[in-house]
Amino acid sequence: MTVLPKWADAILIPLLSILISFVISGLVILYLGLNPFEALRLMVTGALGSSYGWGYTLFYTTNFIFTGLCAAIAFHARLFNIGGEGQATLGGLGVALVCLAVPWPHWTLALPAALIGGALFGAAWAFIPAWLQARRGSHIVITTIMFNYIAAALMVYLLVEILKPEGSMDPATRRFGPGAELPLFSDIFGLVGIPFSSSAPANISFFIALLACLLFWLLVWRTRLGYEIRAYGHSETAADYAGISPVRMIIIAMIVSGALAGCMAINSVMATERLVLNSVEGAGFIGLAVALMGRSHPVGVILAALLFGFLYQGGGELALWANIPRELIILIQGLVILFTGALDNMVRMPLERIFLMIRRPGRQGA
Amino acid sequence: MDFLTLLQVLDTTVRLATPLLFACLAGLVCERAGIFDIGLEGKMLASAFFSAAVAAISGSVWIGLLAGVMASVALAGVHGLASITFRGNQLISGVAINFLASGLTVLIAQDWFGQGGRTPSLSGGARFNEIKLPFADLLSGLPYIGQSYAELFSGHSLLVYVGFLTVPLTWWVIFRTRFGLRLRAAGENPEAVDTAGVNVIRLRYTAIAICGLLCGLAGVYLATGLQAGFVKEMSSGRGFIALAALIFAKWRPWYALFSCLLFGFFQALSFRPDVVKAVTSLDVPGQLLDALPYILTVVILAGFVGKAIPPRAGGEPYVKEN
Repeated sequence: MTVLPKWADAILIPLLSILISFVISGLVILYLGLNPFEALRLMVTGALGSSYGWGYTLFYTTNFIFTGLCAAIAFHARLFNIGGEGQATLGGLGVALVCLAVPWPHWTLALPAALIGGALFGAAWAFIPAWLQARRGSHIVITTIMFNYIAAALMVYLLVEILKPEGSMDPATRRFGPGAELPLFSDIFGLVGIPFSSSAPANISFFIALLACLLFWLLVWRTRLGYEIRAYGHSETAADYAGISPVRMIIIAMIVSGALAGCMAINSVMATERLVLNSVEGAGFIGLAVALMGRSHPVGVILAALLFGFLYQGGGELALWANIPRELIILIQGLVILFTGALDNMVRMPLERIFLMIRRPGRQGA
Repeated sequence: MDFLTLLQVLDTTVRLATPLLFACLAGLVCERAGIFDIGLEGKMLASAFFSAAVAAISGSVWIGLLAGVMASVALAGVHGLASITFRGNQLISGVAINFLASGLTVLIAQDWFGQGGRTPSLSGGARFNEIKLPFADLLSGLPYIGQSYAELFSGHSLLVYVGFLTVPLTWWVIFRTRFGLRLRAAGENPEAVDTAGVNVIRLRYTAIAICGLLCGLAGVYLATGLQAGFVKEMSSGRGFIALAALIFAKWRPWYALFSCLLFGFFQALSFRPDVVKAVTSLDVPGQLLDALPYILTVVILAGFVGKAIPPRAGGEPYVKEN
């Protein structure tokens, strides 16, 4: 029983939900004593007004594309992977270990190796909750939350006790060395003569994120495995009846999910050129908002990640120029998750009524 | 390790277990009625901020308590709206509430006090001060029993005692009253409750309101009892530890008391690495103690130590048949 046309479901409802979130955020900004339109102007100038701003916006966008895809593939299997944060943390460890293991001669060698390292560590961290869900029936939401905290504690231990170089007070690894430096946008665009700020961290990982979106699309809608994952997500019993193993689906979907979260580290960790505490900075959770908003479709994920990248950079600028803390982004993120995720029906139900009225004129009162 | 050190560690255990206990019982009531709530953390944080802020402004901890509980109940209301009325995903709603609280508290704190997301320090009547039980001083000279009485049982804030009394109260309400029976039924088989002519929606909203109230008390205790004021992210994962304790306790009040005390004990130990080293003669990293509640919960969930079975209709919105 689908009342809504496809475009309304895919575009209209998310747009309306985001609109509501933004109106509420605007009211909060108004309460904090700033004109919301002035705030928006500050954010747009800060995030999109210069190549420096764009460089940061796209840097964050890259992170959010990876974590968004991480949440999205799990959503397709109707799994709620709230552990993107921990998986990305472990991915960071994988990337750092790869980068520190050998003195890399060139980034073209370091990047694929780091990508594999990050993906493996992220996938491994997702595998345990996946196995526990599939084999022992432990609720994946709770186990992945627990694994976020375990990952955080593990990271503090490793950085403070083991990976920290001798004599350093800072809980961080040593620097990766010049061979693991990724080409920045200024290097890439410089090749074709377009000037780009060299102090912004956006780098080649952005294109890898876009490539990941393409592969994601191919996997989910163009392969047998993707079909099985979606079938499992739609109806576990039907999938089981069709010979699709639920255990296999849970484990595969979560491994892919964790690997995608782990891949985020090539952007966040390789750009800082060493592993620091809390390198993920909540991107794992933003991934949930991104996937919900993007309706678990790669194109939606890219757009939503771009929006959050803008919010992240713009919010930073807002904190700099107006007396509004960065936490505004967390609030907006919460509102977006609330309205596009949990309160979806609040927008959907009235909309369905309107569409019914349009479709059957004259039936009213009959 | 001498007896006094042991008492100190246990004393800290009691203090740290109290917020866990409130939140754990909050989750218990809610989940028993069939509503998953991973937003305990956010409600606790919101309550911690509003209680501290209002107590700082008004100078009265009681007005602060009221504000904190109201904030928590309001967020619980949002959760109810999303998960009961609009039949949304309860997990997503919980996540959203955690972010709302974590963003809003800092924004408003900065706006009201301009101290980088904290409230001014509370003192005197603006916080719950320690209560000295009768004869504590007199008995403190008595070895063991008297010392325990003076150090461990006496000298906590009012909310600690309230927290421990909430355990039998919750047990009585859930297992010995008609309301409790219906509440549990709503979490196991809402259709049956509906058939019996009881309003499932109202029942679940009541459960959510109680959950908000208890989470509110957890937050109030954090900001006005355990510490003297709000600092950003001060709940620091306690809502999730409480959730872990709830699973550890298999959704039963008395077990919840023990699991909260156990997890509180781990937290207390992570403050005293010297004690851990002296007793075990091992250099146990503090991070391991921090992570222990989470690791234990995973082990429990994996079914290696008994089986934790959640309420059957948990997480499912109830759709009344037409």
